[in-house]
Amino acid sequence: MPLVSHATSVPVTVDEDKCIAEKGCTVCVDVCPLDVLAIHPDRKKAYMQYDECWYCMPCEVDCPTGAVKVEIPYLLR
Amino acid sequence: MTYGPNVTEVETDILVIGGGTGGPMAAIKAKEKNRGLRVLLLEKANVKRSGAISMGMDGLNNAVVPGYATPEQYVKEITVANDGIVHQAAVMAYAQGSYPMIRYLDQLGVKFEKDGAGEYNMRKVHHLGTYVLPMPEGHNVKKVLYRQLRRLQVQVTNRFMATRLLTAADGRVCGAIAVNTRTSEFLVIRAKSVVLAAGAAGRLGLPASGYLYGTYENPTNCGDGYAMAFHAGAELANLECFQINPLIKDYNGPACAYVTGPLGGYTANNKGQRFIECDYWSGQMMLEFWRELQGGNGPVYLKLDHLAEETISTIETILHSNERPSRGRFHEGRGTNYRQRMVEMHISEIGFCSGHSASGVWVDEHAQTTVPGLLAAGDMASVPHNYMLGAFVNGGIAGETAAAWCAEQPLVGFDPAQVVAEQQRVLAPTLRTDGFTANEMEYKTRRLVNDYLQPPKVTAKMRIGQERLAEVREDLKQLVARDPHELMRALELQSILDCADLAAAASLYRTESRWGLYHMRVDHPHANNADWFCHSMHYKDPNGGIAHRKRPVDPYVVPVADHEMGAYHELRIPVAAE
Repeated sequence: MPLVSHATSVPVTVDEDKCIAEKGCTVCVDVCPLDVLAIHPDRKKAYMQYDECWYCMPCEVDCPTGAVKVEIPYLLR
Repeated sequence: MTYGPNVTEVETDILVIGGGTGGPMAAIKAKEKNRGLRVLLLEKANVKRSGAISMGMDGLNNAVVPGYATPEQYVKEITVANDGIVHQAAVMAYAQGSYPMIRYLDQLGVKFEKDGAGEYNMRKVHHLGTYVLPMPEGHNVKKVLYRQLRRLQVQVTNRFMATRLLTAADGRVCGAIAVNTRTSEFLVIRAKSVVLAAGAAGRLGLPASGYLYGTYENPTNCGDGYAMAFHAGAELANLECFQINPLIKDYNGPACAYVTGPLGGYTANNKGQRFIECDYWSGQMMLEFWRELQGGNGPVYLKLDHLAEETISTIETILHSNERPSRGRFHEGRGTNYRQRMVEMHISEIGFCSGHSASGVWVDEHAQTTVPGLLAAGDMASVPHNYMLGAFVNGGIAGETAAAWCAEQPLVGFDPAQVVAEQQRVLAPTLRTDGFTANEMEYKTRRLVNDYLQPPKVTAKMRIGQERLAEVREDLKQLVARDPHELMRALELQSILDCADLAAAASLYRTESRWGLYHMRVDHPHANNADWFCHSMHYKDPNGGIAHRKRPVDPYVVPVADHEMGAYHELRIPVAAE
């Protein structure tokens, strides 16, 4: 069957003013067990690419600049 | 040997699959036994933050500490909690290794709670004995492990997902095939011995929230290890003894009675009353929990609102900073303050996990599976109720057994056709541009698990479940993956489907009820010791289906008297006459 995309909210927010991914930092991307974070190819900032989050928090805790914030996924709140 | 583009072949002595808890300790103990061995630790995520203890752990739930309990007492408690179906030699090996492992972890820098005299501050949560050691500062466990891996020069390979084990003509394991989760490059690893430590099958049932990743277990632990062991010919034991846990509703994290119980918290019904004597997780405890939900006295709650402010602050600090630190945010969002109201709990979806129940790949007291050269440890190996400390102890045992095996055994070859066939299986979803996504196929598989396989288990329903799951399996021919990340999910889905099939077949095989709620069969409501006081072993038949056999329970090393065996069946607190 043909595929479509649909919008969904994601629970991880990155403060782009604090994120230093453009300097080569990939800590949040590296530590995510589910590999759902990525560095945006154009903006050069970290972002949540997939809505597959365990709200476990290494991305937030290990971020050297405090740029990452983990919320509880909407369906669980 | 080359298999085409995008395939690299490497050689090692010991391959460890899974970098969470048991895997790193297997690698560490193998290296400590023989520093000359080449040990490769393969991890689907990143060893720094992978596995069930990604953020740390708030306590040891099964510490056998001299002065508080003996290994014999522990073996007896676990035997009773599992209705007698245990391989006691393996439980004893764990129990004897428990205290030395605590001392070892302590020396490496893991922090345990101690009293003023520097003694471990043990707490009682189990029905009979004292086995809980709090870790209020247990958030550094992964860092400590990682340092030790580096010190011992274990080779760590992140973001490679093992998909199948390689076996030689004589049936022994001789390596594995893995695929990179970001590039889909293949890695063929030749090894003398393989340690499987890939965690629980925690993405089997669908959480009540409907969120696929809102699981109790780290969702990376989706049963890959169970599936790989099955396809390599290993026997899996007592899978019908499901993992079902009492959790915070919707958040699906531990409530956690092990932390709060010793400080005065307890599980209560909607009247705020205790209904179980003991909050230690067992099938019998879960049965009473389920009955309370069904009987109109639910919801069930974690009750803390009667405690003193300083006690609640302590509990908050421990629970909101270790194992699942987002928990504080969840409660904040709901307006739940432990001081003012009880915390709503619920029964979890089903899974396989020997860490908490007894559903695992069969291992003996040396961590050996039924496949020569293949070892298993942690949540996916059959040592019951082994928790984090069990993953460490049994992982260590697996590492030492693997090192001994390597001293005697050569590196053996395998038929390269295995690699070619596996590449074709793995890559098939990438060759399609339309069809069904891994996401929707996973949702459907897990919804079917809830509808048809979760207890109370009804024969007619489980048979329908098997039919529906067979249809999903047929749909694999239309599974689509558009990039390496989706391919990882597509491969995980296939592990989940294998585990769902095993869950159904195993549950139908054992025609009795046992382990409280874990294997409550409505059509066979009583335990039947005459026919079923045995392990049920599930394995792949020559046609690819699931075969079964009974394995007798070995003579006990710690005798248990008949009148002691029923202790866990007397958990309900009698209601006083009004």
